Amino acid sequence: MELHIFAQQLLNGLSLGAIYGLIAIGYTMVYGIIGMINFAHGDVYMISAYLTAIAMSVVFSFGVDSVPFALLIILAVAVLVTAAYGWVIERIAYRPLRGSTRLAPLISAIGMSLVLQSYVQVSQGARNQGIPTLIKGSLRIGSDTKFVQMTHIQLLIVAVTVAAMGALTFVIQRTSLGRQCRATQQDRKMAGILGIDTNRIISTVFVIGASMAAVAGVLVTLNYGSFDFSIDFITGIKAFTAAVLGGIGSLPGAMLGGVILGMSEALFSGFVNTDYKDVFAFVLLVVVLIFRPSGLLGKAEFEKV
Amino acid sequence: MAKPASALTKSLLDALFSGVLALVVLGPISGLVLNGYQVRNEMQRPLLLAAAVMVGRFLFSLALATERGRSLLGALSARAQQGVTVAEASPPRSLRLATPLLLAAGLILPFFLSKYFLTVLILAMIYVLLGLGLNIVVGLAGLLDLGYVAFYAVGAYGLALGSQYLHLGFWTALPLAALLAAACGGLLGFPVLRMHGDYLAIVTLGFGEIIRLVLNNWLDFTGGPNGASAPPPTLFGLEFSRAAKYGGTPFHEYFHLEYNPNYKFIFIFLILFAVVSLMVLFVGRLKQMPMGRTWEALREDEIACRSLGINHVTVKLSAFMMGAMVGGVAGVFFATYQGFINPTSFSFFESALILAIVVLGGLGSTVGIVLAALVLTILPEMLRDFAEYRVLIFGVAMVLMMIWRPRGLIRIKRRSFDLEGLR
Repeated sequence: MELHIFAQQLLNGLSLGAIYGLIAIGYTMVYGIIGMINFAHGDVYMISAYLTAIAMSVVFSFGVDSVPFALLIILAVAVLVTAAYGWVIERIAYRPLRGSTRLAPLISAIGMSLVLQSYVQVSQGARNQGIPTLIKGSLRIGSDTKFVQMTHIQLLIVAVTVAAMGALTFVIQRTSLGRQCRATQQDRKMAGILGIDTNRIISTVFVIGASMAAVAGVLVTLNYGSFDFSIDFITGIKAFTAAVLGGIGSLPGAMLGGVILGMSEALFSGFVNTDYKDVFAFVLLVVVLIFRPSGLLGKAEFEKV
Repeated sequence: MAKPASALTKSLLDALFSGVLALVVLGPISGLVLNGYQVRNEMQRPLLLAAAVMVGRFLFSLALATERGRSLLGALSARAQQGVTVAEASPPRSLRLATPLLLAAGLILPFFLSKYFLTVLILAMIYVLLGLGLNIVVGLAGLLDLGYVAFYAVGAYGLALGSQYLHLGFWTALPLAALLAAACGGLLGFPVLRMHGDYLAIVTLGFGEIIRLVLNNWLDFTGGPNGASAPPPTLFGLEFSRAAKYGGTPFHEYFHLEYNPNYKFIFIFLILFAVVSLMVLFVGRLKQMPMGRTWEALREDEIACRSLGINHVTVKLSAFMMGAMVGGVAGVFFATYQGFINPTSFSFFESALILAIVVLGGLGSTVGIVLAALVLTILPEMLRDFAEYRVLIFGVAMVLMMIWRPRGLIRIKRRSFDLEGLR
């Protein structure tokens, strides 16, 4: 094994993991606050990929030349519409089910996921979609034969992820809204007694999760350039794996889990086998659940009576 | 009680808000269709949808504002459905006749059907079996299994690969594949069932996908996307093909009948019908046994059960493995009926379809599940034009069911016992 190839795989894994981390935030926050897996979250990410391509073609049809300006508009459109999706999903499929049977929200979530996936398939067609490459070029370090490189898009992914995480951490740790979120996560009933509108906070959490997934969707689409309506599935499971790995309910854990998963997956597909890289992520999930179900940064789960 | 005028304004405002939101949400995806690097304008679609949402929301808000509307909506809500009804100790006479009639119909019907209807009916029966199996896991034990298709695949590939490598026939493969599927369920379930129930859902979801990936990628062993062929069933060594392929005698030659390709399907249907009937009986008995009662109790309140000294891991594992076993049996039938299988038959969509059967049939109700399986498999065959919207409708139905009828369309009746009769 040569060192520069190893380092290269780690760098590839870093940008991949940043994406997993961004999506994992939606899983981890929703799980933390209402204790359920939001199966429709992967579909929210898939929808943001479509929004990216749609917004891009509309922006360019208006004759916008400047790439950074166009990217800002695309990001804004994707985040806003996807956040609306997050809100609507919570309002339709989950809120009426508070206090229902334990299984009901999970089945409703699966139903929602099927609805979103086939809605996109019916309206946009089943074929693979693509976007033109906007950002080219890469940054290289090393000699001509032995080098490590990061494409500019990969650098952008890392930078945007760090910025988004910074903004989220600020909101959660320093603002009144964040304090309400944390209080609701700790004890929903008590938070309600203390005058917090917990329904509004739960909606907010869905909106935040969907926005983060939208950022991930935009970045992934810019990076790979092609997508279809079924990307929600495997990416969703992997992002959930990242959330479990980092400790479900913990925000830094989601990012850490994402990066670890991304890097180990890149190493696995680089040195072992590409065909089974999805199997690897899944095996990792099961192993973590067996040996450390509370994850790396999570707290052990107690069931309250 | 608000004044009618303000109720009207409020309804209008509600409708306007939902309409705008629907336009924001639906507009870009259904209104601007990607076509290469361009978009095609289809804005009439989201406008129509948003208008429908507005009208619906307006009527809903208006109904909420009036006394009669509220009572109508209240009757639909989930709370009206809570509580348990207790069945009569002995079933009414009309029901006692129904079972033998249904059995007779199932035994006679296949001889009068065309090949097309036979195949549709066989497929429907396979889904009935799958629904009954998943019902043990989801409906009775309350464990959400999203990768049920994995056990179905284990059964189907158990027959196909078993005949390819070990020269197993249908009848040997049937119990072996069932055991293999149950073992897979045990291996998967044991580590996960100790944890919070939701983890099982995601692990099974992943497992279903992994099985498909392995079947697709392990070319040397499974044949990959090219699939594998599976042997048809035999009747004491008599084959149902025109010429014997596996060293036996063809059925029609032995009995000096004219060759008819339907024989094979009639035979499969009859075995399948017997298995499904036994399964219905089996599930009915299970529900009354201590094991079935523990499953249902655990579904309702896990903490209470554990305080009463029930080992939740083994009880859940028994349900999970039993469900997996039934999935394996269904897989063997699927493989033998198709004669050829490949990984595309075992996608997540299949798991979702089986789950839809269980959910729409009413978690836990055997009659409901049989009906739902028949309707959900036969109806799409009749309405080919709507095939595109099938998944969409399943999804909407699942969400609506959970909101209005989380315990199913058919209300579950608890069995009661006639003490006088027992003495």
